[in-house]
Amino acid sequence: MKKEGRKLDGNSFLLVITIALFVVMYIIGIVLFKDQGFAKTQNFLNLFISNAGLIVIAVGMTIVMITGGIDISVGSVVAMVCMILAWTMETAGWGAIQATIFVLVIGVVFGFVQGWLVAYLKIQPFIVTLAGMFFARGMTAVISKEMISIKNEMFLSWAQCKIYLPFGGYTNKKGMLIKPYIYPSVIIAIVVLIVIFIVLKYTKFGRSIYAIGGNEQSALMMGLNVKRTKLKAYVLEGFLASLGGFLFCLNTCSGFVEQAKGLEMDAIASSVIGGTLLTGGVGNVFGSLFGVLIKGTIEAFITFQGTLSSWWTRITIAAMLCFFIVLQSIFAAAKEKNKK
Amino acid sequence: MRLSLPHLSLWKERCFMEQDVVLTMRNISKNFPGVKALQNVDFTLRKGEIHALMGENGAGKSTLIKVLTGVEEFESGEIMIDGKNTAIINRSPQEAQSNGISTVYQEVNLCPNLSVAENLYIGREPKKGGMIDWRTMKKKSRELLEGLDIHIDVSVAVENYSIAIQQMLAIARAVDMSAKVLILDEPTSSLDDGEVEKLFTLMNRLKAQGVGIIFVTHFLEQVYAVCDRITVLRNGTLVGEYKVEELPRVQLVAKMMGKDFDDLAAIKKEGASDKTKGDVVISAKKLGHKGTIKPFDLDIHKGEVIGLTGLLGSGRSELARSIYGADKPDTGELFVKGQKLLVGAPLDAMMAGMAYLPENRKEEGIIADLSVRENIIIALQAKRGMFHLLSKKEQEEFTDKYIDILQIKTADRETPIKQLSGGNQQKVILGRWLLTEPDFLILDEPTRGIDIGTKTEIQKLVLQLAEQGMAVMFISSEIEEMIRTCSRMAVLRDGSKVGELEESELHQNSIMKAIAGGGN
Amino acid sequence: MENIKKLTSKRLFMPIFCLAVMLVAAVIASPDFFKIGVQNGVLYGRIIDVINRGSEVVILAVGMTLVVSASAGTDISVGAVMAVVAAIACSFTAGGQQSVNEYINNPILGALLGILVGVLCGCFNGFLVAKLKIQPMVATLILFTAGRGIAQLLTNGQITYVRVESYKMLGASIPGVPIPTSIFVTIIMVVLTMLLLKKTAMGLYIESVGINSRAARLVGLKSTMIIFMVYAFSGFCASIAGLINSSRIYSADANNIGLNLELDAILAVALGGNSLAGGKFSLLGSVIGAYTIQTLTTTLYAVSVSSDQIPVYKAIVVVIIVSLQSPELGKMIRRLKAKSSAQAGKGAA
Repeated sequence: MKKEGRKLDGNSFLLVITIALFVVMYIIGIVLFKDQGFAKTQNFLNLFISNAGLIVIAVGMTIVMITGGIDISVGSVVAMVCMILAWTMETAGWGAIQATIFVLVIGVVFGFVQGWLVAYLKIQPFIVTLAGMFFARGMTAVISKEMISIKNEMFLSWAQCKIYLPFGGYTNKKGMLIKPYIYPSVIIAIVVLIVIFIVLKYTKFGRSIYAIGGNEQSALMMGLNVKRTKLKAYVLEGFLASLGGFLFCLNTCSGFVEQAKGLEMDAIASSVIGGTLLTGGVGNVFGSLFGVLIKGTIEAFITFQGTLSSWWTRITIAAMLCFFIVLQSIFAAAKEKNKK
Repeated sequence: MRLSLPHLSLWKERCFMEQDVVLTMRNISKNFPGVKALQNVDFTLRKGEIHALMGENGAGKSTLIKVLTGVEEFESGEIMIDGKNTAIINRSPQEAQSNGISTVYQEVNLCPNLSVAENLYIGREPKKGGMIDWRTMKKKSRELLEGLDIHIDVSVAVENYSIAIQQMLAIARAVDMSAKVLILDEPTSSLDDGEVEKLFTLMNRLKAQGVGIIFVTHFLEQVYAVCDRITVLRNGTLVGEYKVEELPRVQLVAKMMGKDFDDLAAIKKEGASDKTKGDVVISAKKLGHKGTIKPFDLDIHKGEVIGLTGLLGSGRSELARSIYGADKPDTGELFVKGQKLLVGAPLDAMMAGMAYLPENRKEEGIIADLSVRENIIIALQAKRGMFHLLSKKEQEEFTDKYIDILQIKTADRETPIKQLSGGNQQKVILGRWLLTEPDFLILDEPTRGIDIGTKTEIQKLVLQLAEQGMAVMFISSEIEEMIRTCSRMAVLRDGSKVGELEESELHQNSIMKAIAGGGN
Repeated sequence: MENIKKLTSKRLFMPIFCLAVMLVAAVIASPDFFKIGVQNGVLYGRIIDVINRGSEVVILAVGMTLVVSASAGTDISVGAVMAVVAAIACSFTAGGQQSVNEYINNPILGALLGILVGVLCGCFNGFLVAKLKIQPMVATLILFTAGRGIAQLLTNGQITYVRVESYKMLGASIPGVPIPTSIFVTIIMVVLTMLLLKKTAMGLYIESVGINSRAARLVGLKSTMIIFMVYAFSGFCASIAGLINSSRIYSADANNIGLNLELDAILAVALGGNSLAGGKFSLLGSVIGAYTIQTLTTTLYAVSVSSDQIPVYKAIVVVIIVSLQSPELGKMIRRLKAKSSAQAGKGAA
């Protein structure tokens, strides 16, 4: 095990930067907004609560990015999923369970189509998913141009089911013990994270994904079924996008055309900030988790600060993505040089 | 058995009677549009032998390999492998692999981002409870590699190791997948001598284990160093199968080429050495590029052909590239006809009268989708600048001129260059540079991978150009070719220039000695 | 010469065919498609509408074609850049107020400022792609999402109106001229670009870099510079398109200016018979492709599909075109054919 220690190469180094960045940012937040309760356990948990969907989506994004691909349709898919959930439950009168299963199937089908085009017709993933992005957003408008709020009782009960944690509580001024809580969506997100981590590390499918991202030609020559693996990666990602959309919907309880606009950027940024290489072959879902947490912290800053426009979140994320991409390209260049 | 078929020659029958045959290919034919790539070719491989497959470019070596490994289909013939009673047809490399035929290519097919252990076992990972068992995988990897006398850390990503190690890993993987037949397709092209030696040790070890190895290479010395038998192909037909000890080197060359060396040897004019050196065109002072070529001094004169010699990776190409600015030098100075030149990009060098035909024709030479015309005029156009477009008429005149001078075989001047054969593509690129009327022409491996006829033409052309006063830098892996064309040589070793040889010193022995270094 | 003609005619056959099919569909959807009338001294009718409204797409497609050719990627930030340019131009002209009835600052200066910023956005993309070697789509994704945010900040989250007649001229028409102004602008942009490509070596340079940038560098082309330039040029095209669009609605609407136009521009390039993998290109093809797209848009409006639903159809068209362009599809079909004929042969035997 000692041998692993010196494997801190450029990629792991990026991950370390990311984690350190998160910790530093969070501490700054605690110092700046101490009076407003930034230091409370609940505030930390809120990062997970408000970003549960994004965590799942970023994990999916990481998978396709490791294959060397990308998916910019996820934001629109989330909008479509929310709209389908809202429409089926409110307008068509379906039960919450049927609606949920239905959107998950839609996600798988969507992923299958995109994956097939990428893997079997070898069309650039960007073009395919760009089309997917416009398709899903357009479909959302086709279903309903008006916002639909979800009033389905079962769905709302899922959304509002607080799970109290046995630790981290404090007594407020009135002498009541306030316990920190999470929602079921957080548990789902964490479970997805762990399962995908295991899949990537301990299954043939997972390792094939890395192999393809490392060198597709070699993977083919080594007898891996490149096309099928890629297809599976996109199907899995499509499933995770729709699951993420479902979790997202648990937070918003509504469906509308403009929902989750730019979410693809958040997912890609989280993944890249978490150490996934745009060129493929390298990536870690836990890194992506920290990417999401950093995005959540920026959002929290802006909320606590109070006067800044929410557009600043988007711009900051874009700037950070830019910064990390530049870092990656510097590392890549340094590596190239070392080789010579 | 169809041994009684009348068209089978005697030696073939002998082969089929042999006990230890692991692979037989009989009467293999394959046509490409307009080309008979293989005509009734036979090939036999025995257990525990290293069998060289030789032939010039276009002889059909790679087609035969592709047919065997399922990359290409074949039209007629049979492939039999030891242990199977019926003929096999491989439709994919995977299928070939499952039939016990593994291939290791020149470009190593490993995943650089994965660990050594994973590269050895990917696709067939040891599992425990449905999950990959990393510990067992690493243990097995270590055992496998130690068995082959390779001692490296198996948990490190492959990209951290040299090409030679990577090559050996690829072989280890192939062998471990229970290969009966191991095909090594030009595995030594990017290895230095020490590494080649290690590879040979590995090959001999495998041979002792009974693996049949097909070895494809261009290096004659290597064939005689390690092989047991040689099969020679020419123009898609079988010339014959020989035992190494029964086929002297000269005869092998004659069989591969089907003609004598005479017309090659004759091209160099007598008395060229009497010429006095012309003015200095290029003068490099302490020029260097970090990590590739250490600072060197070099003067190049008008009307001379200066050869750069040294082993692959010794810095031959890198020296040329640093002069041309293909890799921007980071130390030293360059003088062109006495004037100091700051080379920031190739264009600066071109403006100073240089031209550079790169080593890698496909990746750095041709612009595949553009026409022959566009490929020829592009360098001159770049020199003239974006806003001084050559007129259509000028472009066509120039193109026709060089198609004519260089005898480029093309349907039309508007034919995309990718449709031309390798030799003709190389001529187009030569034409491209001649059109810029350079004072100093760098040719990096101009004859690699092209047919023997074009090779001779190019060599002749180089001598003609020098005669007319051009300074030419010539780089080639073939020492004989260098001796024929060069009037002086610079010798490189391990990324630095170690000496120069004057015309009188240009003999195979002296060059070899210079390359190898005085110490040994 | 004969051969070249043959080649171009072949190259442009598919784009023209697509346009023809689209026009027929348009006529079926609205029989008065080709009817041209005059209203308030300006030509009027569906076909005029297509040509007029298509201006932005055509201009974007011109820039996009070069981007695709040189870098084998697309610039998906053009729509957002349009919004930024409009925001700059309007908020400068309106002196930072939300709605004005007369110019506070010189509108020409505002437009020039807008163009400058648009080109700078292009340069930013170009720097990321050419210098830092980041995949074009990822590089332009940054402005694609952040651009509208920047536009929002510039206009303080409001729609800024410039209610002055002369501001509307670019998007509508100049009094006394029966043809919408944007058509002239489009013609000027296309012709100038074509001249630039044909009368200088620019076209050859771009194609060379797109096909093999390493070889291009060794023959003396500055690949980095050329790729940088096409992105800057794409930014310039987006600026012009942004100004036209802003003039049409005499305002800067950060959320809606140029919305989804990046898809139209990419589609136009693909419909023009150009490979999205870069290399050889036909500018004329892209222009034809752009009008095809605009005809599709107009026709969809005619059959009362709303603007936010239209992307569904366009996305399907994109997928169909790129699938048809894919060599893999050809292989697949050939394999299937071989299989079925083999089976037929077996059946016969």
